[in-house]
Amino acid sequence: MTDAANGNWTPDRPIVSLKDVHKSFGDLEVLKGISFDVMKGEVICIIGPSGSGKSTLIRCVNALNPIDSGSIAVEGQEVNDPKLNKLELRKKVGMVFQQYNLFPHKTALENVMMAPVLVLKEDKGSVEARARALIRKVRLDGKEDSFPGELSGGQQQRVAIARSLAMQPDVMLFDEVTAALDPETVKEVLVTIKDLAQEGMTCMLVTHEMGFAREIADHIYFTDRGVIVEHGPPATFFDEAKDPRTQEFLGQIL
Amino acid sequence: MWDSIQKFFRDLAERDAAWNFIYIYDDKELERVLDGMWVTLELAVVCVVCSVVIGLVGAWLQGAHSRIVRSVVQGYIQFFRNTPPLVQLMFFYFALGQFTPTFSPDGYLQQPIISNVGWAIISLSFFAGAFNVEIFRAGIEAVPQSTQEAAESLGMSRFQAYVYVVLPLAFRVSLPSLNNNLVNLVKTTTQALAIAVPELLYQLVSIYNDYSTAQNACMVLMFIVYITLVGFLVLGMNRWERRMTIPGYGGGGG
Repeated sequence: MTDAANGNWTPDRPIVSLKDVHKSFGDLEVLKGISFDVMKGEVICIIGPSGSGKSTLIRCVNALNPIDSGSIAVEGQEVNDPKLNKLELRKKVGMVFQQYNLFPHKTALENVMMAPVLVLKEDKGSVEARARALIRKVRLDGKEDSFPGELSGGQQQRVAIARSLAMQPDVMLFDEVTAALDPETVKEVLVTIKDLAQEGMTCMLVTHEMGFAREIADHIYFTDRGVIVEHGPPATFFDEAKDPRTQEFLGQIL
Repeated sequence: MWDSIQKFFRDLAERDAAWNFIYIYDDKELERVLDGMWVTLELAVVCVVCSVVIGLVGAWLQGAHSRIVRSVVQGYIQFFRNTPPLVQLMFFYFALGQFTPTFSPDGYLQQPIISNVGWAIISLSFFAGAFNVEIFRAGIEAVPQSTQEAAESLGMSRFQAYVYVVLPLAFRVSLPSLNNNLVNLVKTTTQALAIAVPELLYQLVSIYNDYSTAQNACMVLMFIVYITLVGFLVLGMNRWERRMTIPGYGGGGG
């Protein structure tokens, strides 16, 4: 059990809390004891070389990948609990993927409206109003009736962000959301995420955009081979990295 | 108008014994042909609907957790795909038919509860259904796992994701093969002749057994009716395929 037992979580406690998380795929141990806390309204970025377990880590937070041992709690609710109500968890945690993963047979508006209507059983009229507002918010007014196939990668990714926000989550997970985009469209997606972060949304990002991480993150975690090698606020992290592995990685990228 | 047509064919039959269109000028034979067409149409429509339902349910069960359920579906597919439909029809009617309970509507004669038409529907639906399971499975496998994950991360249950996301996409991929299989099914309904189902082929064969001069005329009608019937089916399926095309999404002629 976590110290914040299910049900009596208060905003002064970590909204996401990871303790000694281990995860293997077959013989390959991807996460070898990851622990950190995220407070409400915080923006954290996870960076690191490919195959260091970043995406796996973030996918464990909304139970897309089960963990082998340790604990992940979201608002005091244990994610690894076999009795976990996944719907309750996924109402709290929104996720945006690298490949957008929009539903290609639905228009942008329908994509955004689908989950609140089907899953939360909300009234269609109020969902539609909210969905239209979200599409405006991600600066896609006029694209409501376009199908994903008619939108550019950056536009699709922004629809995906709106779709996730429509569930009114408390935490947003971004899994390398700009990795599939060309440099020009990367910017429009990053602006959207920045808006969100500035409004106080708790965000966990896996990213390769170092400049962006430096700009918006409250805290940066550098992972390599399944462990957190080094972490800190962007200013210290980027300028005063101590671990040789971090220095080497940053040296290659910056 | 109709009288003069009938008169023309009656005269033709008298002039040339090879072209006896008896089912046009003889009302009794005309009724047999119309009855046959009706049974053929009924058989085709009922079997098409049942086989599609069997295909959808089978494809869903193939994804079941239980290995027993999956083996049963696999066994069913192998049995029906690897034996001739004519043998299946005869097996169902002559072998299984003997063991089905009977009832007596008039108190004298015993009748099996499943008539030969019933057996034809069951046998042909399961025959085409086995292929449909495989057709839909291929379609389901073409839907990326990540699309399903997106649905899941929005809080949808496995069933909701299947009905609202996976199936609509899989269906579009499956339509061309489904089209082929249903055409095949409609043509295979003629084999119900073997268990004396009074469909069109059965009636026409009876007619030219009674009137050997009507043989050519019966053959002509057979081709016309099946070309028309299958033509309408293909036309309908193609229109459906076009209507289901998603703008900007590959496949389906789009």
